[in-house]
Order: sequence, then structure tokens, then C-alpha cells
Amino acid sequence: MIEVQGISKRFGTVHALEDVSFAAADGRITGLLGPNGAGKSTCLRILATVLEADSGNARVGGTDLTSEPLAARCKLGVLPHNSGLYPQLTARENIAYYGQLHGLPAEQLAARIDALVARLDLGAIANRKAKGFSQGERTKVALARALVHDPQHLLLDEPTSGLDVMATRHLRDWLRELKADGRCVLLSSHVMQEVEALVDDLVIIAGGRVVLMGTPAELAQRFPRQSLEEIFVTAVSGSSAASA
Amino acid sequence: MSSSVWTVCRKEILETARDRRTLLSVLLGPLAGPLLFAVLINIVVSQNLSSLDERLDVPIVGAERAPNLVAFLKARGVHEAADHTVTSIDEAAAAVAAGERDVALVIDEHFAEDFGTERAARVTVIFDRSKSRAASRVDRVRGAVDAYGQQIGTLRLLANGVDLSLLRPMQLDELDVSTPAGRSVLMLGMLTYFLLFATLMGGLHLAIDSTAGERERKSLEPLLTLPVTRASLLLGKMAATIGYMLLSLLLTLAAFTVALTQMPLEQLGMSASFGFGTAAAAFFIIAAFAPLGAALMTALASFTKTYREAQTYLSFLLLVPTLPLVFASMLNVEPEPRLMWIPSLSQHLLITTLIKNQPLDGWLVFLSAGSSLLFGALVGWLAVRLYQREAILG
Repeated sequence: MIEVQGISKRFGTVHALEDVSFAAADGRITGLLGPNGAGKSTCLRILATVLEADSGNARVGGTDLTSEPLAARCKLGVLPHNSGLYPQLTARENIAYYGQLHGLPAEQLAARIDALVARLDLGAIANRKAKGFSQGERTKVALARALVHDPQHLLLDEPTSGLDVMATRHLRDWLRELKADGRCVLLSSHVMQEVEALVDDLVIIAGGRVVLMGTPAELAQRFPRQSLEEIFVTAVSGSSAASA
Repeated sequence: MSSSVWTVCRKEILETARDRRTLLSVLLGPLAGPLLFAVLINIVVSQNLSSLDERLDVPIVGAERAPNLVAFLKARGVHEAADHTVTSIDEAAAAVAAGERDVALVIDEHFAEDFGTERAARVTVIFDRSKSRAASRVDRVRGAVDAYGQQIGTLRLLANGVDLSLLRPMQLDELDVSTPAGRSVLMLGMLTYFLLFATLMGGLHLAIDSTAGERERKSLEPLLTLPVTRASLLLGKMAATIGYMLLSLLLTLAAFTVALTQMPLEQLGMSASFGFGTAAAAFFIIAAFAPLGAALMTALASFTKTYREAQTYLSFLLLVPTLPLVFASMLNVEPEPRLMWIPSLSQHLLITTLIKNQPLDGWLVFLSAGSSLLFGALVGWLAVRLYQREAILG
């Protein structure tokens, strides 16, 4: 369970986030949806504890991010946008490095990597240096790396950007599997179709504010005869009209 | 915390060791200094080393006209070249101009007739002043011919009953008190710079790659989401950087130790005492500078977004250790406690003492190492602070 309460963040004079509140439940995939520059990445970075909010607070699995960032990180797996690997290390070594920094004992780590390699179909590239990997391969390894300590919560920033159709489908399958495991998955996207195909709960952000929240079914009920995309466009343009 | 520092350090060392191009520059870079040194010293030696006992073969035109002069020259090591085909002053000039000969002598046609009369007998020395390599040979030939004239003149005065002391109202004596080891300092003064340079170069790639490189590849952000403090991450990276710096220093010193034993320094009137003991002492003196260098490079790299940008800024940093050396040579400073707190200058002064074969003052060594390590810790702390800024994500 990820809880966000009244978070604000400013960069200089720019209000990146203003009083953002929402929750992402266990066993569900929550989608953070918004146009480019809406504040999705900033929000995920605050939850990943690499940025600190100016005000408000957030908890991951009951752990407060501001007071106990290191404890919170143990409960989090993070896949930042376009996250990179170490080109001179093999896929397995890239994953192991994160496992070691999470403090996993060697035997447990080896077993965990074997399991991830099998599940994410990394067998062919596990012992190859990461320098020649395709975008799809990189994303797979980065995902395995984020999952190495078996976290309850997973944050993914635009996970499917740059992936081809097959890789995107695989990624969706894995995320559904994680959800079935009872994990809390929070991902950001600006692609409507992706969100529609995957998420259980929607949080639409525009101009640093939450403009709409709910399940796709609820939203369809509130805005009858409108597609999700139309709802999104209305919500986003409404906010920019309000802020203008 | 300590285990994660070690994990980071080990990974950075492994990753750099896998990069063949980088590893090659770390391993071969240290050889550049000693090689340059060897070349420089050999050039100096071949220029200055026309020593008195070296046989010098000079074409002499008209040698038969002055057998005594030729015999005198021979006694001074200046022999008539056996195989020369030069028969006139023009041919001699052409041979020197073409670079076939460094120097040639032409004895005037009327030498024998003039020798006993009031007219001065003429000898021409032909040389090329633009050829500095030949300067010492020319000086020897000129000196020898001159000496012959002086000797004959003195003998004639004596024959006429002139008191020779009249010709010498004063005498200038020279006493050079520099020791051979002291003289070598002139040549080896650059050694400290080579050592500091090699030390910094050894860590340059890692310092950039583990910071700016990591940002550029977008692997920094996920790294910062791990349950490890940024201080631990940075300490691990700096430790790995220091490791490669020390490796580079070690290789440079080893290369210098080998190279200097192969160089004819004694012939230059220098005795570079650069054995194993000196090299070991030099290693520990310079090693104290490594943490400061690593911290400086890491701190500076935190302001840059790409590998290339970092490389540009850090190249300037490589010049920083030269500044105190320039002051040292301009002001001709001696090692003393109040200078020992300045990193790089203190190392330079201590290394110079080592080369001069003078005893090292333990207190000065302690001050130098202590201050450099303290500065290193300070800048290291600053680097950690810089990586705690939010702007580090770029």
C-alpha cells in the first residue's frame, strides 16, 4: 500500500506538484496518467526517495518516506524512465550488484537471480555484457534488478516507452502476475491505450494537480458515452483552463 | 554501511578492469613519463658528453704543413680523419654545410712560412653554429688549437726572458660546491610532477565514469533508490578511484626505477639515488595525495552531466598540482614545516629531498601526509554533500 497525502514540490518558481493525494492498493495496478510535464516523474521520484517533497507526506507499506527513507527503500522496487545498466557487467552481475546492495546473502541472491532469469526469459543474455543489449533486453534486466529483493511495492516510470509490441505484451503479463501475487504496482504513462489495457485504478495528473481519480468502470459511469481518452482530454484541458 | 562501500568499490574496480581501452591507458600511461625522461636525458648526454677522452676525427686540410700542431691536437684526442677526401677550404665548408662533418680544420698554405715570422700563421675552424649537437666538439677543436698557440707564445716569451706573471694580473678560480646528487635535482625536478600526474591520470576515468558517466547512462537514479546512503556509494566510488590511482603510481615508480638505472646519469655528473628504498618512500609520500585527488575529481564531476563534459573540466585539474611546483622552482624554497600543509608542494619538496639523498625529516613527512589526508577528507565530505543535492539527478 502506497499512501500519498498532500504532497507539494517546487523547483525554483515552478510548481511541479501541488497538494497531490492518492493511494495505490496492494493487489492492484495503479496508473498515474498525465500529459508530458504534468508531474508524474516528480511524483514517482519522491516516492522512490530520490527527491524530497517540500510538504505533505507519503508512506510505503506504512513506512514514512521522510523519516525512514532507507527502510522505505527496502520495500520498494524502482524502474526509472529509461534506466541504464552497467555496460561492462553481464546481465546477471547487474542484477547481483543491486541484490548485494540490498544486503541479500550470497546463496539467497543466487537462487533469486536464477528464478528471475527463468521467469523473465533472460537465459540467453544472462552471462553477456550489457553493452550490446536491445532496449527490450535492457528493460527486462532493469526490471529483474528492481525485483531482486522481492519488494512488495513496484514503481515504474513509463515502463513501455521504447519497447516493441511483443516486449510490451510481455511486460504487461509480468505486471499482471505481480498484481496477482498481491503486490502494489504503481506506474506512470502518457499513453491512454496502455493504461486502459492494464490498470485497475487511475490517477490523472495535470499541471501538478490530481484532476481525476477512480477505476475505469467508475469513470465510464460518471462520464457516460465518453471514451477514456475523451475523459482524459476533458480532465486535462479543464485543469489547464483553470490554471490559465 | 562498510559492506556496501566495499560492494560499490569492488564493482567499480571490476567494471573498469573490464574496459580494455581504459585499462590500457591506466597501465601504459605510467610508462610515458619514464620514457620521455629516458629520451630527454639521452639527448642531453649525447650533446654534452663529448668528453676529453673521446676520440674526435676531424678532416684537416694541409696537415703536412703543420706536423707539430697535428701532433699536439692528437695528444688532445683530436685526430686527423684518416679517410677524408677534403683538399680545399671550399670542400671543407661544403662537407660541414652538408652535415657530413661536424667540424673541419684548414691549415693555411703559408702556415709554415708565417709560423716563424711576425705574421700570424692562420688556421681556419669550419663549423655550423646552428647545429647545437656539434657545439661541444667544435669547442674542443677550437680549444685545442688555441692551446697550441698559447703554448708556442709562452715559450717564445720565456725564450726572450719575459716574466710570465706580467701576463696574468689576476686569476679567477671557480669552486662548484654542488654535489652530483644536487645537480641531478635540476634534471629530476620534474619527477614529482610526473608522479602526481600519473597518480591523477590513473583515477581519472573511474572518477568520471562512476559519476558523470553513471548519470549519462541513466543508471544513477535507480542506484539512489537502494537502501544505501549516498555517502556509502560515494565512499565506495572514491575508494575504487584511489585504488587505480595507487596502481598507476606504483607502475610509474617501478618504470622510473628501472629507467633511471639504465641512464648514464653519472656521466652527467649526477647521481640519482633512485633505488628500491627511494621508490618505496616516494610511493608513501605521494600516496597521501591520492585521496585528495580522487575527492577533487569526484566533486568536480558532480557538476557535469556527461562523460565528455567532465573530461574537459578534469583536464584542467591535472594542471593544479603543477602550480605549487612552479612556485617552488621560482622561489627556490626549501622543505620547512610551514610549507608542509600545502598538498603537492609538500610532496614535491619531500621527493626532492629524497633525490638529493638527504635524510627525510619524519616530522615533515607526517605534516605533509597528515595535511594532504585531511584535505582529502574535507573535499571528500564536500563531494558527498554535492551528491546529496537534488540537482544531481539532472
